[in-house]
Amino acid sequence: MKAGVVVFPDSNCDRDVMVALRAASGGEPVVLWHKESSVPPLDLIVLPGGFSYGDYLRPGAMAAHSPIMRAVKERATAGTPVLAICNGFQVACEAGLLPGALLRNASLKYVCRDVHLRVEQSQTVFTARYAQGQVVRIPVGHHDGNYVADAATLDRLEGEGRVAFRYVTPEGEPTAGANPNGSARNIAGVFNETRTVLGLMPHPERLADIRLGGTDGRAMFESLVEALA
Amino acid sequence: MKARVHITLKDGVLDPQGKAIGDSLRRIGYTSVSGVRQGKLIELDIDEKDRRRAAAEVERMCKDLLANPVIESYAIELDGVG
Amino acid sequence: MTRFNMPMAQVARELGLSADEYRVLVDAIGREPTMTELGVASAMWSEHCSYKSSRVWLRQFPTQAPWVIQGPGENAGVIAIGDGLAAVFKMESHNHPSYIEPYQGAATGVGGILRDVFTMGARPIANLNALHFGAPDHPKSRHLVAGVVAGIGGYGNCIGVPTVGGLTVFDGGYDDNILVNAMTVGLARADRIFTSAAAGIGNPVVYVGAKTGRDGIHGATMASAAFDDQAAAKRPTVQVGDPFTEKLLLEACLELMATDAIISIQDMGAAGLTSSSVEMASKGNVGIELELDRVPMRETGMNAYEIMLSESQERMLMVLRPGAEDRARAIFDKWDLDFAVIGRITGTGRLVLRVAGETVADLPLAPLADAAPVYRRPWVATPPRAILAAEDVVAPVGDGEALVRLMGGAHLASRRWVWEQYDHMVMADTVQRPGGDAAVVRIHGTGRALALTADVTPRYCLADPYVGGAQAVAEAWRNLTAVGAQPLAITDCMNFGNPERPEVMGQFAGCVEGMAAACEALRFPVVSGNVSLYNETNGVSIPPTPTVGGVGLIDDLDAMAIIAFKRAGEPVVLIGATRGHVGATLWLGAICARDDGAPPALDLAVELRHGDFVRGLIRGRRVSACHDLSDGGLLVGIAEMALAGDLGVALAPAPEDLPSHGWWFAEDQSRYLVTATPGEAKAIVAEAENQGIPACVVGTVGGDALTGLDGEPISLKSLRNAHEGWFPALMGEND
Repeated sequence: MKAGVVVFPDSNCDRDVMVALRAASGGEPVVLWHKESSVPPLDLIVLPGGFSYGDYLRPGAMAAHSPIMRAVKERATAGTPVLAICNGFQVACEAGLLPGALLRNASLKYVCRDVHLRVEQSQTVFTARYAQGQVVRIPVGHHDGNYVADAATLDRLEGEGRVAFRYVTPEGEPTAGANPNGSARNIAGVFNETRTVLGLMPHPERLADIRLGGTDGRAMFESLVEALA
Repeated sequence: MKARVHITLKDGVLDPQGKAIGDSLRRIGYTSVSGVRQGKLIELDIDEKDRRRAAAEVERMCKDLLANPVIESYAIELDGVG
Repeated sequence: MTRFNMPMAQVARELGLSADEYRVLVDAIGREPTMTELGVASAMWSEHCSYKSSRVWLRQFPTQAPWVIQGPGENAGVIAIGDGLAAVFKMESHNHPSYIEPYQGAATGVGGILRDVFTMGARPIANLNALHFGAPDHPKSRHLVAGVVAGIGGYGNCIGVPTVGGLTVFDGGYDDNILVNAMTVGLARADRIFTSAAAGIGNPVVYVGAKTGRDGIHGATMASAAFDDQAAAKRPTVQVGDPFTEKLLLEACLELMATDAIISIQDMGAAGLTSSSVEMASKGNVGIELELDRVPMRETGMNAYEIMLSESQERMLMVLRPGAEDRARAIFDKWDLDFAVIGRITGTGRLVLRVAGETVADLPLAPLADAAPVYRRPWVATPPRAILAAEDVVAPVGDGEALVRLMGGAHLASRRWVWEQYDHMVMADTVQRPGGDAAVVRIHGTGRALALTADVTPRYCLADPYVGGAQAVAEAWRNLTAVGAQPLAITDCMNFGNPERPEVMGQFAGCVEGMAAACEALRFPVVSGNVSLYNETNGVSIPPTPTVGGVGLIDDLDAMAIIAFKRAGEPVVLIGATRGHVGATLWLGAICARDDGAPPALDLAVELRHGDFVRGLIRGRRVSACHDLSDGGLLVGIAEMALAGDLGVALAPAPEDLPSHGWWFAEDQSRYLVTATPGEAKAIVAEAENQGIPACVVGTVGGDALTGLDGEPISLKSLRNAHEGWFPALMGEND
């Protein structure tokens, strides 16, 4: 698998996701600098976590208009899988690759902790190594992860099987207490129409190594390597 | 020409910051406050003397970058001439 | 500005120079200074930059060890950690600014200490902090806590360096002078450490980073003055930080440092361009000339005085090899940062500043440095207190109730509310997250790690500065030992009151002596540090607070300990003697509402012996959990292990020769708890006794409650509710 990781000014989980890709034998990822306006042939494009251009307007808004994102959008439209994590999810929504938007957390505070997610759709290149309905533990770390979309969009996402993950209790219940940021319908991640773009707030790369206390994130990278190698 | 763009969350989109401000105001005694929406103000200096063209230009800026139509609405205000 | 019309001597006083200091300045330069010169000199001679009250004492600290690469005197300390790598670290205070504007004060404190570390050529890998707030019910506390925590998170989270540990204390002694101490640890190649001494006559002096505005002018002077009720009016001198620019500056500097372009580099912290240019030139025994109109500026009409004293953030000064300018400029262009050649190194030994070709300052550096004031301020020793034995105090409540009150009280309640607002996982190397004895951060790409802690017990320091100072060092050493690390070195943040008061100077002197003795005995040298004096409002000084930041090395992550109970059926073994020392303890304060008595005695030879024994057990993979005992004593330590592991414990009865509160809540030093299989536990107790180390079984892991105290069992659930509920309730978040 040949993966490329986009680096914006202020990206800070770019290295972490490269480590996880390498560990899953995804080969050596290439860096895609934000000022570039073309993308080499790739099997996977990653929009990593962190920030972009200071995110002073809205998270992801300025990055969505960067030269590299024009090229990424073309590739995504042509079917190249895009994994958008945290700030990457915000960028993907602002760029129109995914529906909805991410607002300030309902608590108004930054939140960094492990959350439980229920796998809502395992029939994709990102999630094939998970079982449908499996509950996994993955960390979040964000200030703006409160997913919103209008009711019609949410209904469509649900109806089309495009909700990827939901925040749940360890027992698998999508309660208000299990929701770290106030997201609509406890949604933690969504797909585009062809399920080739995944955006999610949690960081699978942060629990993909037993030394860090868990490996539930690793299956996502292994799914990708298996599907795209 | 100077333009001011006021950006607020659309009605119906939860505004946790606005809610927190409202809660604080009520806590310190301003019980008449029944709703708060907060937003941002962006001031622009534009090299354009024609009001109509300036308005159209700022409108495009809002759609392209300054506001996110999924969650935000905006209002444009133009100052004097030149 | 009216001060431009005043006589210079009076302006000098406004800028914090005494009449004597002004006379010395005039003598040193042989004439009346210009306004700009006076600004430069007053900043250089401020307490914050010159350490004039503390310097004579700080010389006592041991600063040498075979693993020390760089001791105090540079931007940060450096120690070798094997494999050709070095740990670079320092702690610094941002107390006054954080009280005036908590978010920006704390944020720029983090930004400043990060710069200190990456200036040395290290990539920052972890942040810690030590926060001291006023009483929880003080009307300002909630606002200050919310702002400081958000500010620390706001900076660290955005730049992408994990905030992995720290200390949060509430005490009425800090009501009007909170303490915000921030520590950064970085990783560098041991043979690629950058320092600040300028060299090479004619070499270009380069300014990089953000533009200069009128931020924080005279922050260094403010950090050297006591507060009065007008402090809030000083708000305009607080700087505003931009972590996103700092992230770019970090990446650009590290990229440039991978080349051979840089001769020396210094960040612009307190007193901005003044301290950076003067330090670089003084350390290199050279002169420096700056053309101030070449400084990238954010505002128009700034004069030389303002440019030299601006504390705008995210800026660096470098001396480059001749001809390296273009290569360096290309890197800063790539990261969209300002880059300007603003001067050159000279052989004159003078600081010469020009605006539009006109000289506005011309100061001889060596005479200025030589004439810098050094004070041996009068001091009086803190009177010793009587030792308080457990028998001398009647317990007002049962031990179970006391435990729940302590675990759910201001001092020991969970700090989850704080650290969940810090990104403690970015960089994906955080092996032990906040909540244990020490944070553990893996050395990237290896099976080795650094253990990190920040600690101090101010109530001990207040009761007996010498013992308190020594205990702060020992406690940090113990924290690192309890995760299995070899403690290597410390940084410190010496937070004290007004040094012009002999009793405060006595506290300072006592703490320094105690710290020095502990550093010496534990082979734990001081490699960097910071002094913050004048933490006083309306004549009331803070409790003496010498915060210690410790760094240790774990050679094999497979042999690391955590505090969580692991398996039902395992005995809990106490290492170390319990004599029932209750003076100056948490229990005495929180349960008996008394704060008298001497602090627990500390025998440094015993400390070393017990710690080395426990570390040996962890490295031999013989224990399943380990926790050092500190605030609250034995029962609190057991309860913390139970909550972390979600496993209860059946407590063995307290020995009969002590009142039970003396057994459960005394804070005798040099003690650890470990758990192991029953067979291993037996062997550990026997081995300890053979070596003359007291050890005994104090309970057995199992169930979902603490049983064996008088009264009902204490369920983990009720204990957890008390422990986790306090902080959100303080912040008004319990619905």
